[in-house]
Amino acid sequence: MFQGVDLFQLSDWFTEEERMVRDSVRHYVQQSYLPIVSQYHRKGLFPKEVIPQLGEMGLLGVTIPEKYGGPELTYTIYGLAMQELERGDSGLRSFASVQGSLVMYPIFTYGSEAQKNEYLPKLASGELIGCYGLTEPDYGSNPGGMRTKAVKTDGGWLLNGSKMWITNGSIADVAVIWAKTDEGVSGFIVDTDSKGFTAKAIEGKYSLRASDTGEMSFDDVFVPEENRLPLAKGLKAPLSCLSEARYGIAWGAIGSAMACYDESLNYAQTRIQFDKPIGAFQLVQQKLVEMVNEITKGQMLNYRLGRMKDDGKARHYHISLAKRNNVDAALTIARQARSILAASGITNEYQTIRHMLNLESVYTYEGTHDIHTLIIGNHITGLNAVQ
Amino acid sequence: MKIAVCVKQVPDTETRIKLSDDHSEVIEDDIQFILNPYDEFAVEEALKIKEANEGEVTVISLGPDRVKSAIRTALAMGADKAIHIECDKNPDDPFEIAEALASVLKEDSYDLILTGKQAIDDDHSQIPSILGQKLNLPAVNVVVKLEVGDGKVKAEREIDGGHEIIECSLPTVIGAQRGLNEPRYAALKGIMRAKKITIEEKHAELNEEQMSVVDFHYPPQKEPGKIVGDSADAVPELLRLLREEAKVI
Repeated sequence: MFQGVDLFQLSDWFTEEERMVRDSVRHYVQQSYLPIVSQYHRKGLFPKEVIPQLGEMGLLGVTIPEKYGGPELTYTIYGLAMQELERGDSGLRSFASVQGSLVMYPIFTYGSEAQKNEYLPKLASGELIGCYGLTEPDYGSNPGGMRTKAVKTDGGWLLNGSKMWITNGSIADVAVIWAKTDEGVSGFIVDTDSKGFTAKAIEGKYSLRASDTGEMSFDDVFVPEENRLPLAKGLKAPLSCLSEARYGIAWGAIGSAMACYDESLNYAQTRIQFDKPIGAFQLVQQKLVEMVNEITKGQMLNYRLGRMKDDGKARHYHISLAKRNNVDAALTIARQARSILAASGITNEYQTIRHMLNLESVYTYEGTHDIHTLIIGNHITGLNAVQ
Repeated sequence: MKIAVCVKQVPDTETRIKLSDDHSEVIEDDIQFILNPYDEFAVEEALKIKEANEGEVTVISLGPDRVKSAIRTALAMGADKAIHIECDKNPDDPFEIAEALASVLKEDSYDLILTGKQAIDDDHSQIPSILGQKLNLPAVNVVVKLEVGDGKVKAEREIDGGHEIIECSLPTVIGAQRGLNEPRYAALKGIMRAKKITIEEKHAELNEEQMSVVDFHYPPQKEPGKIVGDSADAVPELLRLLREEAKVI
């Protein structure tokens, strides 16, 4: 079985429970997910059968309190779980990220007690699938310009507009939709069966094929007042959710990188050319060393970020730096791994190219690489490039 | 119902085993240890019986300190109690292991004792039978289906070319075979719950072993394959080699 990549014995820094969670999720991915991902990837579908399994293991809403159905664990544990899920596929981690950080987190943080009791336990078990609507066709990096509007009506709100590039968009039961109102940006918990709500999957993806990506549109969708998130006021609320998800991505990307490194290392040790394993050639060794070098740095960054997040010290620019560094490193590692696998590396006999293509999305979503650069730039210079 | 599950910690199935220079022992430094997969079936079965009938599941393992991580895995799956029988190394002799397990099992009154049909490291497959003998209980090994009724069990076991169904009274010893169930993964809540359970420590005074491993050998290097030909003309030669050299047909 996959034994992880841990050149600097970071395992020693984790507690026994943290290691057990990592190993249990690793075991799950190995035994139950990796045998099926390839066929779903080929078909371009999300394997819905994993949803109750993720729920049973407690991987949906890891930090959510027990009284709302979550296991109420630390951010470090959440991070390790995301690392192991993405070792399977970015689509698997994306599902858990969206459900936990983008749907359960806003309901937990900005929702009423009634909303928490109604939605969180069902989202934690996987009985309900959630999605998060912020990005629009014309507003990606600049969500403040969103056109989706909610107008006050008798007993609630009328929602009009559209959202795009929404993970779980066409399979969700509930959607957390962000829309402009007279009072600024507000969040709404919208039943996807509502009249006027339409959603469809985006076709033709080369990346995140084993994940659902949808577009949604709202034509006078009525949302009752009790489904509005009472504490979410302004754009800060949706952005705070993104910080949660990006934190998980920083860990997840290293999981992908570990999968690619491990696969290409094994290949380099056994593939014979010129009568010796290709791993004996300096050019191949250099690639492998660069890979393990960047994985080790990413792991250190994640470890520290996790502890800071648990201590309440992690700021948005810390998360931006880790997401930016780790996804970029993972993408480079995946490409290097693909080159070591050579011709075999272009087929789905090996997992590397699946990770490599997925990471192109991860590089772009949840704040593009460039936007994270500007967030860090803004912090260190005190000067905002986008305003 | 009180259920005991005897478990062993073994090297992960994909471990590349390294031997000491004199080939007398396995070097454990780089080994990742896991809960013996057949014992995992035993733990799962115990948990299913507990969930259906109420009861308590106690995990028992013998070995050095490191085996406690296998115990924690079983606790994280849902077992209630655990006993670690401490000894410096895993004995080679299954008879002595069973003796130590039996002495701990006798200290309590269990209705059912489950264990894997064998450990995947030494493959002796003796523990269920010797445990039955030492506890003076019926023992049914290689069980693929188990029904627990009022004071008795019905156990389906694999035999050559078929299955047989055995009924016997409780308490009894059952050896779990693949197919008995699909073991659950340790859930996050279970892992945290396991942390709060104290593992009871016992020490085993082992008798002198009647057998011991004196030498290990690596498996022989595989001979490279042979291509006999690339057309139907090669079939007779292939058949001859399969019959005379490989002796597989």
